[in-house]
Amino acid sequence: MGMTMTQKILAAHAGLASVSAGQLIEADLDLVLGNDITSPVAIREMDRFSREGVFDKDKIALVPDHFVPNKDIKSAENCKCVREFARRNEITNYFEVGEMGIEHALLPEKGLVIPGDAVIGADSHTCTYGALGAFSTGVGSTDMAAGMATGKAWFKVPSAIRFELKGAFAPMVSGKDLILHIIGMIGVDGALYQSMEFTGPGVAALSMDDRFTIANMAIEAGAKNGIFPVDEKTVSYVAAHWNAQQHPGVGEGEEAVRAYLAERTFQPDDDAAYTAVYEINLDEIQPTVSFPHLPENARTFDQIEDIQIDQVVIGSCTNGRIDDIRTAAAILKGRHVAPGIRCIIIPATQSIYLQALEEGLLKTFIEAGAVVSTPTCGPCLGGYMGVLAAGERCVSTTNRNFVGRMGDVTSEIYLASPATAAASAIAGKLTDPRTIA
Amino acid sequence: METARGRVFRYGDNVDTDVIIPARYLAASDPKELAAHCMEDIDQSFIHEVKTGDIIVADKNFGCGSSREHAPIAIKAAGVSCVIARTFARIFYRNAINIGLAIVECDEAPEKIKAGDIVSVNFDTGVITDETTGETFQGQAFPPFMQKIIDAGGLVSYINNEQA
Repeated sequence: MGMTMTQKILAAHAGLASVSAGQLIEADLDLVLGNDITSPVAIREMDRFSREGVFDKDKIALVPDHFVPNKDIKSAENCKCVREFARRNEITNYFEVGEMGIEHALLPEKGLVIPGDAVIGADSHTCTYGALGAFSTGVGSTDMAAGMATGKAWFKVPSAIRFELKGAFAPMVSGKDLILHIIGMIGVDGALYQSMEFTGPGVAALSMDDRFTIANMAIEAGAKNGIFPVDEKTVSYVAAHWNAQQHPGVGEGEEAVRAYLAERTFQPDDDAAYTAVYEINLDEIQPTVSFPHLPENARTFDQIEDIQIDQVVIGSCTNGRIDDIRTAAAILKGRHVAPGIRCIIIPATQSIYLQALEEGLLKTFIEAGAVVSTPTCGPCLGGYMGVLAAGERCVSTTNRNFVGRMGDVTSEIYLASPATAAASAIAGKLTDPRTIA
Repeated sequence: METARGRVFRYGDNVDTDVIIPARYLAASDPKELAAHCMEDIDQSFIHEVKTGDIIVADKNFGCGSSREHAPIAIKAAGVSCVIARTFARIFYRNAINIGLAIVECDEAPEKIKAGDIVSVNFDTGVITDETTGETFQGQAFPPFMQKIIDAGGLVSYINNEQA
């Protein structure tokens, strides 16, 4: 029996020639990630280990991003706990405010995840790095602690669902619309315990930012991970963000990097088993919105009536990358946010923020009546920087629209693409971006 | 023979970690403080009515969403002795095992068990008994490896034992 991409990566990290679905394995980890919410719990667990210290100070990434810059005294204490742990253990990849960005946008940018890696992170959206052809999955704080102490984690080898993509998106359609469409199709537990593998000729038409968005939301279908094959776009991205310090054994220059990556690229076997295969024509995907209170409540605009809104959020680990910010700016340029609407734009990292500044996008936003924030997860999980009052509605490019996720339990979240969110900000109601001339 | 026994709190599909413990309380990590807000956004009466030993019974995909370990910690600290569901979201499943919150997957039991029933669970056999109705159900056993983690009292103790 052949193996899926995920199974091949897991086999390689478990020192096994092959693995099959359902098998329990122990895998070596290339990176262990935590943030300001989950790391303090993991750090306290670390004290209970009979061994001291961390397995490798270069293979742990600590990114305070949820409630920073500190939103209150408790958040400040949590960040202090992470900061002091990082100092004490000389963690190479600790990112202080000023360097910090939303973890799942930051790590690929810093070259901390590359194709073929096995990564765990104490954050459910750790599955984002599947866009790079890595196996990465979210875990809790105790698994993070064990990972930091031992460099290993146990996994049940997942079976997989394959999404065979062809064609290319129409204008104003992006990776967010595709993943909302897929979750609508298979449900919030449609890929429970499984991998979602995205293959086919359509992959080549997806930008890296589209792929990050799609892999990011695999967890919203219950998946263990989402993963893309490695192609020229992936290799170019990784080479452009190469972090030589993390890979001292690899020679200098792009050629050496490319040769190294070629060894770490895993294609699924022709006879790999999939529990289901879905063929999706990207040309047919339309702007899609997930209605409250589950990501599976996906609708296209022919099924949507007037929905008046109060707020728009464009950002997060799902949609705070430069493509997303550019898309929003292109729609907001020369226009104005509707009266009474709060439009909050959050570039996901400092470098995206800087790029938006250099491209004049921040000026576009401010002239349009939007606010631009420093990187933070804040509003996505109702932390701060855009919490909703009773009965308020928000169109958001984030990833979850659960009850109370962004604030009061009677508030509502409509998950959408950056294009749909920006168009909605201008109109003051949920709006199909294709109708903005 | 290890068992759980208590009164049932009954919930539906896709109980997410945001309703189990809303993010506005995540800056806290003291289990008692987290427990005080457990299930607040789905059932405000839960925390006032739950007694040590009580059992949560839910339908599919219990614990979906965020990886926050605060969710099983809050449930455990609220006194819940076991969560029975048709299926669990995978991160919640791992977290529950790792922190020593008893969970049982069973497709049939949630269909029949009602809120307020007295239910007992035998962890050795996986048998769930609804003492109110007299019905019994077979829950799914853990693979031996996971059972070892549970027997050790969680992942940290298991790793310590392995290396001793």
